[in-house]
Amino acid sequence: MGSGDDPFVRLRGAVVVAGGFPLLSGVDLDIERASLTVLTGANGAGKTSLLRLLGGLVALSAGTGRVAGVDLATGDRRELRRRVGWLGHEGSFYDDLTARENLTFAARALRLPLGGLDEALLRVGLSHRATTPAKALSAGQRRRLALAWLLVRRAELWLLDEPYAALDDEARVLFDEVIDAALVGGATVVVSAHQALGVRRASTVVRLAGGHVGEDS
Amino acid sequence: MIRVAWLVAGKDLRIEARSRVLLWQVVPFGVIALVLAGLALGPTRAGASGAGPGLFYLVLVLVALLMITRSHAIERSAGTRSSVATLGLDPAGVFLGKALALLVELASAAIVLGAGSILLLHTPLAGTLRAAPSIALALAGLAAAGTLYGALAAGEGAATLLPILALPAMAPLLVAGERAYSAALSGAGLWQWWLILATALVAYLGLGVLLYGVLEDF
Repeated sequence: MGSGDDPFVRLRGAVVVAGGFPLLSGVDLDIERASLTVLTGANGAGKTSLLRLLGGLVALSAGTGRVAGVDLATGDRRELRRRVGWLGHEGSFYDDLTARENLTFAARALRLPLGGLDEALLRVGLSHRATTPAKALSAGQRRRLALAWLLVRRAELWLLDEPYAALDDEARVLFDEVIDAALVGGATVVVSAHQALGVRRASTVVRLAGGHVGEDS
Repeated sequence: MIRVAWLVAGKDLRIEARSRVLLWQVVPFGVIALVLAGLALGPTRAGASGAGPGLFYLVLVLVALLMITRSHAIERSAGTRSSVATLGLDPAGVFLGKALALLVELASAAIVLGAGSILLLHTPLAGTLRAAPSIALALAGLAAAGTLYGALAAGEGAATLLPILALPAMAPLLVAGERAYSAALSGAGLWQWWLILATALVAYLGLGVLLYGVLEDF
């Protein structure tokens, strides 16, 4: 584990290679605990790859990295993953399970109490769809369900990949409120986004280009 | 590990109960394959040829390949995979859970195929019942091997890659299962086939518990 003065995330020369192709090519990045970081950049710039690296979902090919005290090269990435809440831009659920069954599976896997599930569904406006299979939900409703998943998890590190995709204005406000509350609660939030967030708290913007951090970040 | 295994098995079986892919797609495919086998042999030769056990296992393996592909397909969408990965589930528990669910599904299919074999291929009922323990062992082995190789073959080319990888590994189960079934029909001893099937089952369970985490991250 790192010392108390270490940033929550520290990457130095981080390289991620997949199929012989460099997805990240020497990323240097520090992120403080309980902060909001917004990753921007064109398609293919490396935003999703960086999020996946921070969540322990891909291996570090070269360089050094430490997230939440876990060394990305030598540490237990499975332990890191348990501390991460992930919202991808694809569906995050089992299509044939209902909204509530998906949340129940996640909660049981993490040994979390099931009492908060209904509250999470109510918070994201999906109470009336609790028994609907995930595949029957609209794209926006699936995003709301993903948000409910994050609320149930109460993760230390929130990694949100294009969270506003397919959301209407009301849902965007909801997402901003939930992110704000997570930050107040001490979570560290990293978001990839093409557009500005409505979150009131100060954020650090990191611009990615060609798999590394741009000079104007 | 056991807690995760129950959780994953329950989830997989719930998904199957709701999607009914086994009921409406896989089992009918198996029955059609048995009908075609019966037609190929002809009504007079089907019962006398002794081909029943071999055809039963051949169709069972084809059915198993479809079910293994399905079992892993439900985990493979990129978003689901990432979300579930962040649950940090014990990979050994995931392996055992998926193998258990696959065993339940295979057993359901085997009951239908066994009845079909008796009706369509005129395989004797008493001998089939005597072969039931060896069939159960073979099914458990197929479930364990299938779950392991399903993870190895998972990806875009899973449907075509899986048979190439898994069939050689399933060959001992197929051969021993067929020999045990034939021995049960003829009243011969079965214990040596049970031993082979049990050894293969233990080997695949051990490999799965040890390697599934590596394959998941691959």
